[in-house]
Amino acid sequence: MSTIKILYFARLRDELDCSEEAFELAAESCSVAQLKQQLAERDGVWQQVFTESLVLVAVNKAIANTETVIQTGDEIGFFPPVTGG
Amino acid sequence: MSVLVQIEDFDVAALYNTLKADAPQIGAIVTFTGLVREFNDDASVDSLYLEHYPGMTEQVLEGLIKEAAQRWPIINAIIVHRVGELRPADQIVFVGVNSAHRDAAFAAAEYLMDILKTKAPFWKREQGPEGDKWLDAKTSDDERATRWH
Repeated sequence: MSTIKILYFARLRDELDCSEEAFELAAESCSVAQLKQQLAERDGVWQQVFTESLVLVAVNKAIANTETVIQTGDEIGFFPPVTGG
Repeated sequence: MSVLVQIEDFDVAALYNTLKADAPQIGAIVTFTGLVREFNDDASVDSLYLEHYPGMTEQVLEGLIKEAAQRWPIINAIIVHRVGELRPADQIVFVGVNSAHRDAAFAAAEYLMDILKTKAPFWKREQGPEGDKWLDAKTSDDERATRWH
């Protein structure tokens, strides 16, 4: 079992109607780009969010990019551009 | 060096005194306090809700302070950011820096605020009788942050 935890924040969470999920990777590891592609294959709103909008990603609470490698047990956070301060 | 992410309001005088405790080693303290502005174009907005990514937020802010300490000879820095429900005129963010001379304190405080705006995982949602609306990121904030690259 190659399970990762995915968290969704702010507008993304509302649009996807999902705050957190356990996700099975097909292999021991994959890239952020590959994960986004798999999520985009789910259905309308997932496809829209992961292909059309600007989605930022963190791996284990550190900002990451599409080439970052994800491994079993990792925590992935997806979120829109930040608006604090 | 300290980072606080909290629901409660903060006391600027107490934070200033923490920075002043490093005297007489220091010759300058710069503090910035951000307030919730009156909601510009939409009078039907009652309040703001601030969400963040617990754990990551603290990590990002601590990293920013470390980066500032490498760039400028600062002695201490404090960042406080509130989350949860906020109303116009509420204090939302505090950045305070001390150093031997004012130039380092001014620059580091401005750097911390500019990068916080574009890197720290906070999101604002406007709340009103007609529903909620997530705010969009501003390109002017991105432009300000690129000055420090």
